[in-house]
Amino acid sequence: MLIINCPYCGERPEIEFRYGGEAHIARPADPSALSDAEWTDFLYNRTNPKGKHAERWRHIHGCGRYFNAVRDTVSDFFVTTYKTGEARPDIEESAR
Amino acid sequence: MSEAARVSGPDLGHGHPYPGVSLAALAEGSKPSASASLKLLPATARLVFRGREAAIGPAGEAFGVALPREACRFNTNGTRSVLWLGPDEWILLAPGEGPAPLFAAIETATAGLPHALVDVSSRSVAFDLSGPKAGFVLNQGNPLDLSLDAFPVGMCTRTVFAKSEIVLRRTAPDSFVVDVWRSFAPYVWQLLEEARRGA
Amino acid sequence: MTGAFRTASGGRIDRSKPVAFTFDGQHLSGFSGDTLASALIANGIHLTGRSFKYHRPRGILSAGTDEPNALVGVGRDEAHYAPNLRATQVELYEGLKAESQNRWPSLKFDAGAVNDLASPLLPSGFYYKTFMWPAKAWTKFYEPKIRAMAGLGRAPEAPDADRYSQHYAHCDVLVVGSGPAGLAAALAAAASGVKVMLVDEQPEMGGSLLASRDASIDGKPAQQWLADALAELSAADNVTLMTRTTAFGYFPHNMIALAERVTEHVAVPDPELPRERLWQVRAKEVVLATGALERPLVFPDNDRPGVMLADSGRTYANRYGAKPGKRAVIFTACDAGYRSALDLAAAGVEIAAIADLRRNPAGELPAKALAAGIEVRPSTAVTGTSGRLRVSGAALTKMGEYDFGATQQIACDVLLMSGGFTPSVHLFSQSRGKLAFDPVLNCYVPGTSVERERSAGASRGLFELGAALEDGYAKGADAAKAAKGAKAPARAFAAQAPRLGTDGHIGATPHNRNPAFAKAFVDWQNDVTAKDIKLATREGFRSIEHIKRYTTTGMATDQGKTSNMNALGIVSDALKTPVPQIGLTTFRPPFTPTTFGIFAGAARGELFDPARQTAIHGWAAEQGAIFEDVGNWKRALYFPRGNEGMHEAVARECRAVRSAVGIFDASTLGKIEIVGPDAAEFMNRMYTNAWAKLEPGRLRYGVMLREDGFVMDDGVVGRMAPDRFHVTTTTGGAPRVLAHMEDYLQTEWPDLDVWLTSTTEQWSVIAVQGPLARQVLRPLLEGIDLSKEAMPHMSVREGTILGIPTRVFSVSFTGELGFEVNVPSEHGRKVWEAIYASGQKFGITPYGTETMHVLRAEKGYIIVGQETDGTATPDDVNLGWAVGKAKKDFVGKRALARASMSAPDRKQLVGLFTVEPQTVLEEGAQVVADPKAPVPVPMLGHVTSSYHSSVLGRSIALAVIKGGRGRIGQKLFVPMPDRVIEVEVTEPVFYDPKGERFDV
Repeated sequence: MLIINCPYCGERPEIEFRYGGEAHIARPADPSALSDAEWTDFLYNRTNPKGKHAERWRHIHGCGRYFNAVRDTVSDFFVTTYKTGEARPDIEESAR
Repeated sequence: MSEAARVSGPDLGHGHPYPGVSLAALAEGSKPSASASLKLLPATARLVFRGREAAIGPAGEAFGVALPREACRFNTNGTRSVLWLGPDEWILLAPGEGPAPLFAAIETATAGLPHALVDVSSRSVAFDLSGPKAGFVLNQGNPLDLSLDAFPVGMCTRTVFAKSEIVLRRTAPDSFVVDVWRSFAPYVWQLLEEARRGA
Repeated sequence: MTGAFRTASGGRIDRSKPVAFTFDGQHLSGFSGDTLASALIANGIHLTGRSFKYHRPRGILSAGTDEPNALVGVGRDEAHYAPNLRATQVELYEGLKAESQNRWPSLKFDAGAVNDLASPLLPSGFYYKTFMWPAKAWTKFYEPKIRAMAGLGRAPEAPDADRYSQHYAHCDVLVVGSGPAGLAAALAAAASGVKVMLVDEQPEMGGSLLASRDASIDGKPAQQWLADALAELSAADNVTLMTRTTAFGYFPHNMIALAERVTEHVAVPDPELPRERLWQVRAKEVVLATGALERPLVFPDNDRPGVMLADSGRTYANRYGAKPGKRAVIFTACDAGYRSALDLAAAGVEIAAIADLRRNPAGELPAKALAAGIEVRPSTAVTGTSGRLRVSGAALTKMGEYDFGATQQIACDVLLMSGGFTPSVHLFSQSRGKLAFDPVLNCYVPGTSVERERSAGASRGLFELGAALEDGYAKGADAAKAAKGAKAPARAFAAQAPRLGTDGHIGATPHNRNPAFAKAFVDWQNDVTAKDIKLATREGFRSIEHIKRYTTTGMATDQGKTSNMNALGIVSDALKTPVPQIGLTTFRPPFTPTTFGIFAGAARGELFDPARQTAIHGWAAEQGAIFEDVGNWKRALYFPRGNEGMHEAVARECRAVRSAVGIFDASTLGKIEIVGPDAAEFMNRMYTNAWAKLEPGRLRYGVMLREDGFVMDDGVVGRMAPDRFHVTTTTGGAPRVLAHMEDYLQTEWPDLDVWLTSTTEQWSVIAVQGPLARQVLRPLLEGIDLSKEAMPHMSVREGTILGIPTRVFSVSFTGELGFEVNVPSEHGRKVWEAIYASGQKFGITPYGTETMHVLRAEKGYIIVGQETDGTATPDDVNLGWAVGKAKKDFVGKRALARASMSAPDRKQLVGLFTVEPQTVLEEGAQVVADPKAPVPVPMLGHVTSSYHSSVLGRSIALAVIKGGRGRIGQKLFVPMPDRVIEVEVTEPVFYDPKGERFDV
């Protein structure tokens, strides 16, 4: 069971959280302006990287907030967590 | 049910009898213990307050207890308490009171300020779990570090107990209050009783 | 009988407390402090089991978790029976009943032993090769036969009567293992003031110190030092000591799983205590002091009862006062064999000879053995043993430079072997740490860590006592510093113990026997010989993972504790490849077998899952309601009267609602209160409908889509005030809908001033449905005018009932006039009973979910999840009218604009009438145009709902059919296994299509 650092509540066990998919995919302001291909891209296509992944989590059995995390998909360790709306931190060094 | 009974009895479809469990009966049958006692708390007015910055102060003033701004902490004044549940979410507790006058007072104080106030008095029930082994009992379904350093008196949080969500707060070094949605209450109560055995 | 093989004195057993027990019905006696294995040995019994495949007689090989042979079933009755326990770990208690396994009719005469004679027919992978044909015979014949012959213990036949509990715990430093390194680590961490847990699988702390005879620490005998160290740790209030506790799994982020055996060793357990506790410990830092396992030597006939690991033989003598035999031969590749010889000699066992594989054993211990007059034979291998149920002699063969010399038979009743020690790196490996090969010790040691842990002492190859203590202390101090920045005082240990050196052996030992017949076992538990492994390499297997699976070496409960390194050595030899290039198989949790009970904990029977009950549940149960599970909810399915079955009861309930009035508990509906100045705007974005013009006091049926345009949920929504909506969701959808809304609100539109609060459990919802509903409710309500002028269909009003605040909806899911009374759930039952009493004179009838389903199907109302399957658009299920086409955007709108979402051949909701009106279709049945079409018959769709309708006197069904609306009036077919049912496609509204009954 992972330990996840909620930006509001601090470190909590994974069981209190729910995963929310890749982060920083904003819903288009005017979806009707998008072509089918662009819409498909927004709806379905994800980066699925090997390594650092910016993703959404929700502290659903805690403060209820969605937030973002950078997790290394190889090691399963979190590099950082940050509040929704904040920019993805520029992180290069490896996770521990 | 035996195979024979199933053949001769009525067709139950995909159903089954289920007498159910009464929380009141469970509470009545609970034996106190020196290590950890479990008690059903009386009815409480519960209001969820959510809102923007401007409404937070007036809401606390109207209720008579300031809304805590520190994460996972609660404030108490007399019998009333306010629990921080999220950065814009609090639950206001007034044991033994009716929700309507409180609701009206807070709505008046916050009129025109963006907020939401919802009466959830009936949504949950609360148990008191007290005794030197209270943390040991809770840790049989709750994964948090309940040592006094990590979970001091005055701390509260939404969390889990086994397969149920709960709101947990520590009211004294050896006392916790577990607030649990009404339909999950018999489940949580029975597990706490099971956890109390041999504690 | 207290044991002919007891030493005169010594050991950690309590000779003042004899303990009676039985083994295979034989009455025996041991002492408190014995394990089953030590008590058997003290009684001269080595034969304890039959092997897995060949049914060869097997004895006690070790004294610990690595025991592959002595697996027994223990339990006072079937409900407390545990199979496959290692006798080396079963603590003796008064009246213990143990039995051997995998033998018939008896341990001494086992019919299955013919397998041993047939062993040339049972090479590795034999089942892949032999039982090939016919394929059907596998399940019918081969597999049952193989399972009956090969196997270990039997599963108990009664449900497990024991209790198990589960616990979470936290600490700064967790030390696993309480041998010299673990103790020293705990002392360091304790002295630095951090919160320490020290766990050990054995009944006593101390590890190897418990078997020490002549070592000393800080000038004290080792066992005295141990007692002092434990006293020091016990006195510290920042230290928790846990014995009988196995760390069996290392999970991410330093979560370590412990199995604590609480009552297993007690004759009459306290019923308030669980048999076992599962501890999930989150440690800031971990010290792994898991010690090392002795390696057996792989020589012909090395599996005869009486052949043991040398250090285990020493443990029995020193710790348990149990002599493993009267006359011992030692076969060794390292100095540890000499230590065992010296200790056994001191215990009164005659040492016949020491056969040493090495040419020139020159350490401190060999010198002592020579000085003690023990015969030492260098460059000598044991090349065979004799005896049937117990070893009676060993063949010692001198090894020359190029060939074998003379062989001499030496009589003995115990043969001790030592190939050196293998660090126990299981937990380290589970933590995903990378192992490194130590070419000096010929074994793997912990290399690069991934988690916040460090290994100490023998678990990383430091086998000497002094080195282990110093390393342990340093690692404990390091862990405390890493956890909390705490500093441990400096401490040195003056340890005196004979040096063990670094020699050892892996792989098979040389022998001069016919290789076709010699059985030199590598893996005792899985009956794998050196020959089997060589065969696998000859057949082309190269990867150690493949060899493991083909030969089964290192599999099952044993997980290669004794066999891994020797198997690697044999493969290395056969493939002429260095060991580190061959790799190592993965160590998996659990470290030792763990009960199912501990994983279940209290989650059994009624407490397996929450059984959610509404406030009205007790009333329904008292009325004899039959319930169904809907998610975790218990919902009344129907209310049988007398001997009614479901169909009669449902028909009666349906008639009551259509002709008079029914009462239904709808409390499980999900409810969300949406409040704030931007509430209407938020509703506009989340639902397909338009909300801006809905006046306070009115209701609207809302449809929610996912972003991909498919129906996700539906429900009736009441506007309580300009800034307040009372939203209902499906019973199962409540948490999902709230999470979906929170997602958009928090992450896409945080600027909206609106908040969501779950009120599902705040309200009991009492549906009163039927033409007489108004008469039933009117006398009870205060402040609400129920007349159709004041409160038309789809309105909401606030008032009181019995003085309790209520929100009353005029809404119908039945097609009849209807109301839903919402009251705070603490008053739900009281209000329900009042309404029921008021309805008596109108024949009010309680009804359940089955009747609700029939009534709504007669009206063609969908149930999300029954008529929809996650690929239905609103138009597919005739809800196109609910989509606000003028709205610029809502969740799912863009997806609906894709061409395929309005294709004419989409599956559309229609009704079906069976041509034979009393035939009720099966839900899920496929619908086709031509049942005689060649296979595969094109499928047009399927039946989603199907009932007998009492008001229509015939069956009705809803179905989703390709281009269904264009097929109304057509005949289609529903093929079933025994017949084909002809159906006619109809409109999906079967009853009161104009909706005139809402306004009676």
